[in-house]
Amino acid sequence: MKKILALVLALVMCLCVVSSLATEKEDIKIGVILLHDEDSTYDLNFINGVKDAAANLGLAEDQVIIVRNIPESNECYEAAMDLVDEGCQIIFADSFGHEDFMIKAAKEAPEVQFCHATGTKAHTEGLDNFHNAFASIYEGRYLAGVAAGLKLNEIKEAGKLKGEVPVMGYVGAFTYAEVVSGYSSFYLGAKSVCPDVVMNVQFTGSWYDEIAEKNAAEALIAGGADLISQHADSMGAPTACENAGIPDVSYNGSTVANCPNTFIVASRIDWAPYFEYLVNQTIAGEAIAKDWTGTIETGSVKLTDVNEAAAAAGTVEKIEEVKAELLAGTRKVFDTATEGFITVGGAALDSYMADVDTDPAYTPDTEVVSDGFFHESEYRSAPYFDVQIDGITLVNQMY
Amino acid sequence: MTEKKRGGEGREPLIHLSKRAAIPFWHAWLIRIAAVALGMVACGLVAYLLSDKLQNGKKTLSDFYETFITGSFGSERKLWKFLKDVAVLLCISLALVPAFKMRFWNIGGEGQTLVSVLGAVAVAFYLQDQENIPEWLLLLLMCLGALVSGAIWALIPALFRAKWGTNETLFTLMMNYVATYLVSLMLIVWIPNGQTSLGTLKRGALRSVTEQVINKNDFKDFIVDYIPIILIAIILSALLFIYLRYTKHGYEISVVGESINTARYIGINEKKVIIRTMLLSGMLCGIAGFLIAAGLDQTVNVDSAQGYGFTGIMVAWLGKFNPLIMLLTAGIIQLLDHGAAQISKDFNVRGAFPEVIVGIILFFIIGSEFFINYQVHFRKFRKKTGKEAVQ
Repeated sequence: MKKILALVLALVMCLCVVSSLATEKEDIKIGVILLHDEDSTYDLNFINGVKDAAANLGLAEDQVIIVRNIPESNECYEAAMDLVDEGCQIIFADSFGHEDFMIKAAKEAPEVQFCHATGTKAHTEGLDNFHNAFASIYEGRYLAGVAAGLKLNEIKEAGKLKGEVPVMGYVGAFTYAEVVSGYSSFYLGAKSVCPDVVMNVQFTGSWYDEIAEKNAAEALIAGGADLISQHADSMGAPTACENAGIPDVSYNGSTVANCPNTFIVASRIDWAPYFEYLVNQTIAGEAIAKDWTGTIETGSVKLTDVNEAAAAAGTVEKIEEVKAELLAGTRKVFDTATEGFITVGGAALDSYMADVDTDPAYTPDTEVVSDGFFHESEYRSAPYFDVQIDGITLVNQMY
Repeated sequence: MTEKKRGGEGREPLIHLSKRAAIPFWHAWLIRIAAVALGMVACGLVAYLLSDKLQNGKKTLSDFYETFITGSFGSERKLWKFLKDVAVLLCISLALVPAFKMRFWNIGGEGQTLVSVLGAVAVAFYLQDQENIPEWLLLLLMCLGALVSGAIWALIPALFRAKWGTNETLFTLMMNYVATYLVSLMLIVWIPNGQTSLGTLKRGALRSVTEQVINKNDFKDFIVDYIPIILIAIILSALLFIYLRYTKHGYEISVVGESINTARYIGINEKKVIIRTMLLSGMLCGIAGFLIAAGLDQTVNVDSAQGYGFTGIMVAWLGKFNPLIMLLTAGIIQLLDHGAAQISKDFNVRGAFPEVIVGIILFFIIGSEFFINYQVHFRKFRKKTGKEAVQ
C-alpha cells in the first residue's frame, strides 16, 4: 500500500514538474542583449528579428526587453542576471565575445534558457540551459554567387570582361572562419555556373568601417574586378560599385534604393524563426536544441528580390532551380565529389579536420568531409569552413 | 563704479561678469542643486519631444524620472552593481588626481588602465597552466603585472616631459591609442584562428581569495565579486586624501602645481616630482586594471577600460581633486549612466537617446560651476532716488 502511495505521489510530482515546465504565452518574457544598437546593421538585424517574431506570435510590447550597448565583458553577465531578475525565461545575446559571460550566467540561473548567436561552446559545455545558434548563410551566399556567375557570363558574352577570365572582388571583415566560409560559398556558387571565374579577397579588419570598405572595393575594382561582393556591414562597397558602374552582390539587406543600377541581389540571415522557435519550445515546455542552425527551409536564410535592372536574364529562375536542389539535398554547397570543383593546391579535398570543439590550443578535432561534401554547420551551428581553396586569392589578411 | 554712470557717459554693458572672491559653502551647493533641478526639467522636456512612448501616454514623465532611480537602486543586484561601478570609476579618477594637482594634464588614464588590464591578463594567460603556482600567487603576479604595465605607460610621457619638455596632454592622449593597438596585437598573437575574442581565463579570479576570507554562503554571488573592489576603492580614497594633504610628497605636488619657480627656489627637484607622481598615477591605474582583469572581466579587449579613463577626468575636476568629494561626483555620474541605460531598456529606445539625456544634465552641472566662480551682473535700471539726486 505504501509503495503504491509512494508511486502515486512520485507520479503526481513528475506531472507537476512537467506542467511547470510549460509556460503560458502571456507570461513569456525574452531578454535580448545587444553589442550595439540600431546604428549597427548587425544588431539591427537582431532587433528586427525579435520584433517580427513578437508580432508573428502576438506577444505584447513589454514581453520583449532589449538591452543595448553591452560590451563583451562582465557587463554582459550583469545584464543577463538583471534580465533574470526581471523574470525573463529566455535570454539571448548576439555577439561572439558574450559567450563566456552568458555561460557564467547560465550556471548561476539554471531555470532560465540562455541562447547565444555565433558561439561555439554549447555542445562541449554540458549545460542544459545554454544554447548556440547560427544559420546556414553559406547556402544563401551560394545562391547569391549563382546570380553573380550568371552576370559574369553575360559580361563575358558581351565581350566586356576587363581581363582574360572573369574576376570577382570580395570585401571581407576578418580572416576568420565565418568570413572564409562566406566568401568560399559565394565563390563556389559563381563557379557552379561560370567555371573559369577567379576571386580576390581584401579584408578591412573591422565589421563596420564605411571608408575602409569603400576603399577596399575601389582597390579591387582598380585591380580588375568585374563584380564585387562583401561581408561587412556598411554601405561602403555598394556605394563604390554604384559610382564605378560595377555590378554588386550585397549582404544583410537590399541596397537597391541607393544603388539602382548595380545592385543584383543580397543574402541575409533572418533571426525571427529562431526567436519564434525559442518561444514555442518554452510554451510547450520542450527542450531547446544545443546547436540550432537556421536554413532556407526554416526561413532563416533569405535572399532579397533580384534587381532585374542589373541582374542577368533568367537569374530568378536559375536561383529557384538551385534552391530547390539545395532543399532536396541533391546539390551540396561544399561539394567535394565533383572533380575540379573544390581543390586545395591542385588536389581534391577529401579529408579535413576542423576545430569544432573550442580548446585553448585551437586543435583541429573533427573530420568534416564525408559522403562527398564538407559538412558545414552540422557538428555545431557556427561555421568552421576555413580552407583556402584554389581560385581565391587573398590580397591581405586581417585578424 | 556707479559714479561713472552719471551723465549717461560710459554706459555699463547689459551683462557683465566678475570673478567671485569667495562664496559661502551653502550658497555654492544651492547653485549646484538648482542646476541639477533645472537640468532635470530640461531633459524631461527633451525626452517628451523625442519619445513617442511619452507622447502617446504609454509612459508618463514620472516614469521617466523614476527610471533614473530604479536604474541604480531598483533591485539588490542593481544597488551592488552601482556601488561596484562607482568604485571602479573612482579608482581610475583617483589615479588622475596627483598629476592634475601638479598641473600635469594626464589624459592617458584610459590607456594606462587598459595596459594594466592587459598586463594582468598576460600574466594569467601564460601562467594559468602551471599547476604548481597557487591561486594566491598567480593573483599576486597578476597584480604586479598590472602595476608595472600601468607604471610604464605613465612613465614614458613623464620622462619625455621632464627631460625634453614635451606636451604631456598630447603625449598621454596618444598613448591611449597605442594601448588600444597593443591590445589588438596581443589578441592576434594569442588567438591564432582569427576569432575576435579571447574568452575568459581559467584561473586568476579575485573571488577565490575573497571566498577564503568571508563565508561565501552568507552572501549572494555578485556581492562576493564586488566587495573587494568596493573596499579597495574606499581605502584608496582615504590613503590618497592623506597623501595629498598631510605628506611632504603631497606638499611638493601642490607647490610644483602652483609655481615651478617657487618649487625650484625652495629646492624641490620638479623633474623628480613629476616622474614620481606619474609613476604613482600609473600604478593607481594599475590597481584599477587589476580589479577589472581579476575581479570582473577575466579577459581583455580594446573596450576593457570602458572609457572610464576619460569619464574620470570629469569626476576629478567636478570633485575639485578632493578624493572625498570625488566619491560623490563619481556616484552622480554613475547614477546618471545607470539611469540612462535603464531608460534605453524601459523605453525601448536606441543608445543615443539616454546619452542626450545624460549630456543635458552634465551640461547644467558643469555650467553651474561657472556661476559659482563668476558673478553675473545685469545693468540696473534704477530710478534716481532722492538721495542720489542730492549727491
